[in-house]
Amino acid sequence: MTELGPDVRVINGNYAAAEAVRLVDVDVIAAYPITPQTPIVEYLSEFIANGELDAEFIHVESEHSAISAVVGASATGVRVFTATASQGLALMHEVLFIASGLRLPIVMAVANRALSAPINIWCDHSDTVAQRDTCWIQLYCESNQEILDTIIQAYRIAEHEDVLLPVMVCFDGFTLSHTLEPVAIPDEERVREFVGEFEPVHCRLDPEEPMTIGPVGGPDCYMEFKKMQHEAMERAREVIGEVNREFSDAFGRSYGDGLVEEYNTEDADYIVIAMGSVCGTVKHVIDEERPDVGLVRVKAYRPFPGDRIAEIIQDREGVVTIDRTHSYGAMPPLWTDVKAHAPDVEVSSTIAGLGGRDVRPEDVLRAIKVAEEGKGTDEPVWINVNV
Amino acid sequence: MSGRKPRLPIPKEELLAPGHRACAGCGSALCVRLCLKALGRNTIVVTSTGCIEVTTTPYPETAWEVPWIHVAFENAAAVASGVERALKALDREDVTVAVFSGDGGTVDIGFQALSGMAERGHNVVYICYDNEAYMNTGVQRSGATPPYAATTTTPAGKVWRGEMRPKKDMPRIMVDHGVPYVATACISHPQDLIKKVEKAKETDGPAYIHVLCPCPPGWGYDSSETVEIGELAVDTGMWVLYEVEDGEFRLTYRPRERKPVEEYLKRQKRFQHLTEEEIEEIQRMVDEQWEELERLERER
Repeated sequence: MTELGPDVRVINGNYAAAEAVRLVDVDVIAAYPITPQTPIVEYLSEFIANGELDAEFIHVESEHSAISAVVGASATGVRVFTATASQGLALMHEVLFIASGLRLPIVMAVANRALSAPINIWCDHSDTVAQRDTCWIQLYCESNQEILDTIIQAYRIAEHEDVLLPVMVCFDGFTLSHTLEPVAIPDEERVREFVGEFEPVHCRLDPEEPMTIGPVGGPDCYMEFKKMQHEAMERAREVIGEVNREFSDAFGRSYGDGLVEEYNTEDADYIVIAMGSVCGTVKHVIDEERPDVGLVRVKAYRPFPGDRIAEIIQDREGVVTIDRTHSYGAMPPLWTDVKAHAPDVEVSSTIAGLGGRDVRPEDVLRAIKVAEEGKGTDEPVWINVNV
Repeated sequence: MSGRKPRLPIPKEELLAPGHRACAGCGSALCVRLCLKALGRNTIVVTSTGCIEVTTTPYPETAWEVPWIHVAFENAAAVASGVERALKALDREDVTVAVFSGDGGTVDIGFQALSGMAERGHNVVYICYDNEAYMNTGVQRSGATPPYAATTTTPAGKVWRGEMRPKKDMPRIMVDHGVPYVATACISHPQDLIKKVEKAKETDGPAYIHVLCPCPPGWGYDSSETVEIGELAVDTGMWVLYEVEDGEFRLTYRPRERKPVEEYLKRQKRFQHLTEEEIEEIQRMVDEQWEELERLERER
């Protein structure tokens, strides 16, 4: 956690997101309020109302229009931002594919929240994980500091000419979005220097150079476009790592190799694989009770650092994934992704923390026990559930 | 057209290139071609999914001589809102932002986004090319399909007599949003259409133009008759040309003598099943609507 100091403010995760957008000096924002993301929209509105951020704010009538408006603005050649959660992200679903298909470097914050039914405003990862195949880069944060830092990095990653893909910065609703933590606020000028000017090269609506964006692509070319997206996503691995290193040089903070963060893995007998704020609890359990356990925190869920994870989890006593969502009728998504890269490693699967159910230290200990007992390898073990 | 005095020269420059894939006699393609003449080169066009999008941009070809974007079916107004604000951020407010969207993309699936765009007051010229059904998917009814028109989802049979609901009055809905310039037009009256697009372009804030675009395969008439069918729509009062500037209604064209609606209906396959009584009912509806418009005109 960030130490208190002169440039440190105690802020919640939503404020950290809004502050990052202000520091980057985004040009057009379109967003629609939804719990637990709402304060981002409010903070940004305040920044603009007070003259602290010179940006156009479009008060759209839905999330579908929020993402559509930022697609339009991004294609016109400006830096854009939007934010949502849960049902709002689901409503955007269709346009998410189009944003990546048009190769627009949009950055979106998502305060993770469960999907209805039953309607539930609390955290899990069912909203963002369900969007994993939309060709958006997905970066999951563990702390409010990481939210701010990751949004700044996201613009560099998205706009990189080897990538040109949209980025979703995901953080746990309430656990981070509404919880106060000390966050070091980097210098505005240095942030702007770090992200640089946005100069669209491949795609821009400009009467001086007319361009047709979003045409019909038939069976003769559709696959080529999709393969190029695949290649861009693969190149993003390198770029994410590069930006993480450069960020470290500029601001003194980094997050693992940018895709995966390891904690106490070197000599660990057991490995827990998880995403988001639950990783803080896992670290606490390791520090307090289980020095024999290591954590692999998946920061980049897309592109998925499968090869790296496969290397780390070789030759352990046990490995367990904690999914905060499920793929009904199959194994949970994080487990499936890990196993795809490590078919020979026995990996246990647990599901925990759906719809805001707390994932307490004792729940992490239960997940570790599932690995110790070699359970959960062909069916997920549900942690702390009463049916 | 020979008997009508041209009120305004039609700009020669073509911004919709030939070679696009629209059907012969496509009223919607003619609409776009005419509107672009009035909009000019300094324009960014947003198009929703539909006939015009599909027929003008088979990759790697394009018929558009102006910058153009298509995102999805229901969100052209939202995309245009983003383009407009981005231009503001770039200090390029001299550029006109125009939307071309079909009746489905406007009055049905795109209704919410359009309502939002209108309410927020974006400086966008929104042009609905209305061919009165989902023609791109093969003639299914939309909220803009007129009463008694047969479509593939409102076929005329023993129980159903074609479309059984009135046509959604989208221009009026736009007027009620406080849109400063709202107009109707028809491709059969190009000078009237161009003049309206020019006014829309000069409007500070949103402008909405609803253009009737006859569709040979969807309506069932020969592709050489598109302009004539449009003229009949206007001359029978089935389609009325008007504009509403800052809430003030004005007829922009008044037929010297309104022709019976039968002359319009009998020319199209989609109305072939109508009985004498049904034609009389449509005539009554048109007469009533005309009276209402005359009243609005008198109130000016």
